[in-house]
Amino acid sequence: MIGSLAQPLLFLVSLGYGFGHVFQQAGQGNYMNFLAPGIIAMSIIFSAIFMGMEIIWDRQFGFLKETLVAPVSRMNIMIGRTLGGATVATMQGIIVFFVSMIAGFTPYSWALVPFAFLVMILVSVMFTALGTMVASFLDDMHGFQMIMNFLVMPLFFMSGALFPLDGLPTVIATIARFDPLSYGVDAFRTLLINTSHFGLGIDILVLSVITFIFLTLGSYFFSKIQI
Amino acid sequence: MSNIIEVKNLTKKFKDLTAVDNISFNVKKGEIFGFLGPNGAGKSTTIKMLTTLLNPTSGEITLNGHDPVHEANAVRHSFGIVFQDPSLDDELTAYENMEFHGVLYNLPKKIRKQRIEELLKFVELWDRRDSLVKQYSGGMKRRLEIARGLMHCPKILFLDEPTLGLDPQTRNHMWNYIQEHNKSEGITVFFTTHYMEEAERNAQRLAIIDHGKIIASGTAEELKKQTGKATLEDAFLALTGDKIREEEGSSLDKIRSMRRRWTGNQR
Repeated sequence: MIGSLAQPLLFLVSLGYGFGHVFQQAGQGNYMNFLAPGIIAMSIIFSAIFMGMEIIWDRQFGFLKETLVAPVSRMNIMIGRTLGGATVATMQGIIVFFVSMIAGFTPYSWALVPFAFLVMILVSVMFTALGTMVASFLDDMHGFQMIMNFLVMPLFFMSGALFPLDGLPTVIATIARFDPLSYGVDAFRTLLINTSHFGLGIDILVLSVITFIFLTLGSYFFSKIQI
Repeated sequence: MSNIIEVKNLTKKFKDLTAVDNISFNVKKGEIFGFLGPNGAGKSTTIKMLTTLLNPTSGEITLNGHDPVHEANAVRHSFGIVFQDPSLDDELTAYENMEFHGVLYNLPKKIRKQRIEELLKFVELWDRRDSLVKQYSGGMKRRLEIARGLMHCPKILFLDEPTLGLDPQTRNHMWNYIQEHNKSEGITVFFTTHYMEEAERNAQRLAIIDHGKIIASGTAEELKKQTGKATLEDAFLALTGDKIREEEGSSLDKIRSMRRRWTGNQR
C-alpha cells in the first residue's frame, strides 16, 4: 500500500507545485486544490483496475479456482471480489486525500468530506467491476499491459483530473464527456472545492448508472469464465 | 459395486481443436482410478468437465448421480479437488484457508472446527496451522490442499498430478494419506499423473487417453499383458508411441514460467 502511494504523491508534488504558479496566473486559482481531487481519483482508478485484474493471475494460481469449484454462485463470487477490491481502492483514495492535505490541499467544507468518501466508494466499485469484467476476457498478463496503456491511461488523462474541462477544444471535451472518471473527478471537485463542471446531480446519476452496467456486465462475463 | 462416475460419448471441441473425442468410461465407487496420457491428450480438459469448470460440447456425464452441467452445485458438493497449480491464498494462514473452504461449502461452525483439526492432524500440519501459507514449502502446500479438499466429506477426490515436483518422502506420505482415506471412508480417488510407477502402485484401475480418445483401460496387470510388457511405463509407451509430442506453449505455460521467475521456482 505504501509503495502505491508514491505515484500520486509524485504527481501532487511535481504538478501541484510545478504548475501552481502558472495556474494562478491564468486566473484559475489554487492549483493544488484543483489537482488534489484529480489525484485522489487517479489513485482510485489505478488501484481498482489492478484489483479487478488480479483475477487473471488468480485464475490459474490462486484462490479463484477454489471458489469456482465450490458450490457458490458465480454472481456471489464476482460481487465478493468486486467489493473486496473496491474496499482497497477506496482506502487508497482516503489515504491520498490525507496525504494531499499535507501537500497543501484544503477541502472547502469538512461537512462535505464524508460525502466525498461515499463517492469514492462508488467510483471504486465502478472501476473494480470494470477491471473484473476485462479480466474475464484475458488469459495472460500481456493483456494487462495493453489494458493499462490503452484503457486506463486514457481514462485517467482525459477525465479532467489534471486540467479544467471548461474551454477545451471540442474533441477533448467530447472525449471527456464519455469518460466515466470525469464524472467522478467532477463530483470530488464539487464536494471538496466547490467547483463544478457537469453538476453534482448529473455526476452521481451517471456514476450510478455506469456502475450498475459494469456490475451487470461484469457478472455476466465472469460467470462465463471457463478455465 | 456401482459406478460413481459415468462418462458417455463425451466430446469437447475448441474452435478447430477436438480436445476430447467421444470418450466413454466408468469409475466404480470407492476405487482408486488413474487417468493417464501424454501431454495434450485431453486429461485436464476431461477433469475440468467432470468438475464443472468447463461445459462439454456433447455427451453425458453423471457424477454421484448428478449432471455437472445442470446440477452444478450438487456435483460440487460431491467432490474435492487438488489442482496441479496451488490454489491457496498465500496471505492467509493454513487454518484460515481451511476455514474459508468450510464457509464456501456451507459447513456449520462446529463441524468446521472439528474437521479442520482432524484433517490438519491427519496431514501432519496441525503444528503449523497458524503460519502463513506463503511460508509453506511445496510439499506442505500440497498436503494442505489435500486436507482442504477432504473437509466437506466428498465422495470423490480429484487429484491432478498430485506429486509433481515433490520429494519422495512427501510423495510417500501423500499416497499413504490417500490410501488410508480410501480404505476408511470409501472415498473414490480419480487422479492423473506422469509418474508411471506411482500409477502402477496406487491405481486399482486405469484408463489411458491419447489425442482425445481412450486407447486402453483396465488394471495395470491387464495393460501389461495386453502389450506384453513388464512395467506399466513400457506398456504406456507401447500404447502411445515414444515420439515426443509437439506442443505449442499455451498461455498457461507462459504464466507458469512468469510465476517461476517472480516467486523463485518454489511450487
